[in-house]
Amino acid sequence: MIDPELATSTIRLALDRGATDAECTVVEGEEFSALVRMRSLETLKDAGSRAAGLRVLVGQRVGSSYTSDLSAEGIRKMVDSAIEIAAISTEDPHAGLPDPSELGALPGDLQLCSNDISSIGTDARIEQAKQTEEAAFAADPRITNSEGASFDAYSGERVFANSRGFLGSYRTSSCSLSTTPVAREGEFMERDYWYSSARKYSRIESPTQIGRRAAERTVRRLGARKVATQKVPVIFDPQTARSLLGSIFDAVDGDSIYRQASFLAGKLGERVASENVTIIDDGTLPGLFGTSPFDDEGVPSRRTVVIERGVLKSYLLNAYTARKLGMKTTGNAARGITGNTGVGHGNLFLEAGDVEPYALIRGIRTGLYVTELIGSGVNIVTGDYSRGAAGQWIENGDFAYPVSEITIASTLQRMLMDLQSVGNDLEFRGSVASPTVVIAEMTVSGQ
Amino acid sequence: MALSDSFFGQKFGVTEHDLESYLSEALSAGGDYADLYFEYLATSNLSIDESIVKSAVQGVSLGVGIRVIAGERTGYAYSGDLSPEKIRKAARVAACIAKGPSQIEKTAFDESHRRNLYPLITAPHETSLAERVDLVKRADRAARAYDSRVFQAQASYIDSLRQVLVATSDGVLSFDRQPLARLGVSVLARDGDGSPQRGYAGGGGRVALEFFLNEKTPEHFAQEAARQAIVQLNAVPAPAGEMTVVLGPGWPGILLHEAVGHGLEADFNRKKVSAFSDRIGQQVASPLVTVIDDGTIRNRRGSLNVDDEGVPTERNMLIENGVLRGYLFDKLSSRLLRSGTTGNGRRESYQHIPMPRMTNTFMLAGDSDPGDIVRSTQRGLYCASFGGGQVDITSGNFVFSASESYLIEDGKITRPVRGATLTGNGPEALKYVSMVGNDLQLDEGVGICGKEGQSVPVGVGIPTIKLDRMTVGGTAG
Repeated sequence: MIDPELATSTIRLALDRGATDAECTVVEGEEFSALVRMRSLETLKDAGSRAAGLRVLVGQRVGSSYTSDLSAEGIRKMVDSAIEIAAISTEDPHAGLPDPSELGALPGDLQLCSNDISSIGTDARIEQAKQTEEAAFAADPRITNSEGASFDAYSGERVFANSRGFLGSYRTSSCSLSTTPVAREGEFMERDYWYSSARKYSRIESPTQIGRRAAERTVRRLGARKVATQKVPVIFDPQTARSLLGSIFDAVDGDSIYRQASFLAGKLGERVASENVTIIDDGTLPGLFGTSPFDDEGVPSRRTVVIERGVLKSYLLNAYTARKLGMKTTGNAARGITGNTGVGHGNLFLEAGDVEPYALIRGIRTGLYVTELIGSGVNIVTGDYSRGAAGQWIENGDFAYPVSEITIASTLQRMLMDLQSVGNDLEFRGSVASPTVVIAEMTVSGQ
Repeated sequence: MALSDSFFGQKFGVTEHDLESYLSEALSAGGDYADLYFEYLATSNLSIDESIVKSAVQGVSLGVGIRVIAGERTGYAYSGDLSPEKIRKAARVAACIAKGPSQIEKTAFDESHRRNLYPLITAPHETSLAERVDLVKRADRAARAYDSRVFQAQASYIDSLRQVLVATSDGVLSFDRQPLARLGVSVLARDGDGSPQRGYAGGGGRVALEFFLNEKTPEHFAQEAARQAIVQLNAVPAPAGEMTVVLGPGWPGILLHEAVGHGLEADFNRKKVSAFSDRIGQQVASPLVTVIDDGTIRNRRGSLNVDDEGVPTERNMLIENGVLRGYLFDKLSSRLLRSGTTGNGRRESYQHIPMPRMTNTFMLAGDSDPGDIVRSTQRGLYCASFGGGQVDITSGNFVFSASESYLIEDGKITRPVRGATLTGNGPEALKYVSMVGNDLQLDEGVGICGKEGQSVPVGVGIPTIKLDRMTVGGTAG
């Protein structure tokens, strides 16, 4: 447990040393990881750490510092360091804490921390990982190797205080079970993975479910071919569709907007996507990974409709980016422990449609079903999109053969407008979630 | 240097007796090997945005990581608190991996041989913050002055000094002081009402402030970033499909990092999950291709005097005239594969378990004139600069994203094209290398490599090369 006094006394010390405003974050975390490979325990990691961060304003100048040395001397040095560095920064008319009327925390139990994880002993955790890997081996004889299976757990606490009287803290926990099988057939070798993660152990899927799913995802990649370069409809499965939402988040992040470094800058109120697209950011949903009682500058988390039936309704903002744009914060401040706040998301998701995923596949004559995307070829400034892909080739409404070593390309602007259908399979496996989606046309580049 | 004169001896009073007692605690439940990694990392990070120094951060993180190896098993724990009780407690947690009495005799410490690949003239904490702020202000001014179409500039300067102490049960005791600095500039330019375009340039290495005053100035990086953004203003959509690709020298060496480097890391090969597993001695590239990983190049971003397991870094041959020669090892893989060490055991911090990683990976120069390489290409793509890349080491499929490239038409570099991802398969792609230039260049020093959640600084390099076939992921027919 972190003594909240550590944060408030740090704020007092900063004000004593000349700060006109200050924010202090103290975090503590414990991580556990057990990796089993080829049926034997391979790695066991168990450790904890703490750190504190400070941001001060001296007038309109800002300075930040952090330390993992939480002794009185360590804290004193951190305070001096922040004051010293504020002196060399430039006055920024928009710098400042959120307005006191905006500070606060969501009431009630958001179910972010569960005791049921710590009740599972080390041996039981290792056993869970073993069963998960075993389930993958048992699912298909072509699974002959493995990168292992792991049980990971985390628990931690975050305390935040500022000089406007805000003091808040919350604890979180999480655990996950995952495996990465390797399949071989002739000259082909492929790997894939599957996982389940939750804030509560009781919500984790069974080792058998995870192992089987990982095996299915791996063996279906065997024998992949390269296809000819052509323009076709592309279906993103929920895993790859999540990364599309990540790109949309980058494009509505207030930092990109005020710098005009986003293809969505200046488009508020305009149609930017097809009618099928409603994107929501909700930091208030109990028990999920993107939920918190307050953001990283002490503003309550909330629900924000980003895109509604294709029309851009809101950017995601913290106090600084809101001030730059003449708007109000949306409670999306995010930072580690120090520095100026950036913008983060809560639970960001694309609203589900009403079509079964298999019906979406059946509706495609020739096309691509994407199950993996690699590389960083997304340019938020221009919207240019070009990434490496692997998946299944669709012919006459059914999977024909696996494909890999290809790229898919378009622009995010066109992809949003071409988003012609949305599946009914929305499921939160992390803080970003999407159902299956169909993009009417993209360039697939291969042979 | 004696331990008592080292950073951890001086500042934290760590003695050889302490180190021995922590290692005995770590091996108290058995095990074949144990090591301690003490780290003290001081970092400062300054950035300018809209000509305002908005963010300035300095901070310290310190701790010790303790590892116990028993056969193929690894136990790991760490402590952010260097008090003897906390370190012993972490040692006991790491010890849980082993069962039965220890088989080993602890070897007396032998301090590893000293060399210094990154002598510092002035340590970061000895230079004033004002001098460092001046670097980002100069970058901001130079970027804006480059062209009136530049409307946004951001620059950041990050420097750090990492003090490291490694002590192992097989007798290694090594100290290192590792500086790292990087200046980066990002620019947005716009022509009238057109779409903005971004340019980025940056560099540095295991250097100090002087490097940016005397060798690569803020103006150098700012002008390069602005030039790239301006070039992109006239870019046409990139082509799609298989074609001839010419890579320019330097940073395009990221091709080697993705196409072969990761696949040659020994952990993947111990597990036989890499597309390069069991291929030593086989032809995996054109005979023109020789690839080296070298952690010993002075002041380079990927260089280290000793790796994060206390093993001196080396110059390692990976591919020689197209034939696969060797893998990159950490201690665990070299023990399990009964191979020699290569000095490639690296970790992000004391909170992380070391694994085989690249240092500076590059292709040796050939004898073609770079101009001839372009002239010999009827139609293709010339790539001058890249963003990131990624590889699936099991299938061998990799991608890397071109950020500045041009069409080659009738042997001439012509129109700039928009960003596009290139893709290929590791053990196949380099077989299509048909010309290698005489102009080997290492990159400017910005590379960050991610693997299993750990980031480490790396370098890459390549001469101009011609690949007769590669898939380009544009949108134009």
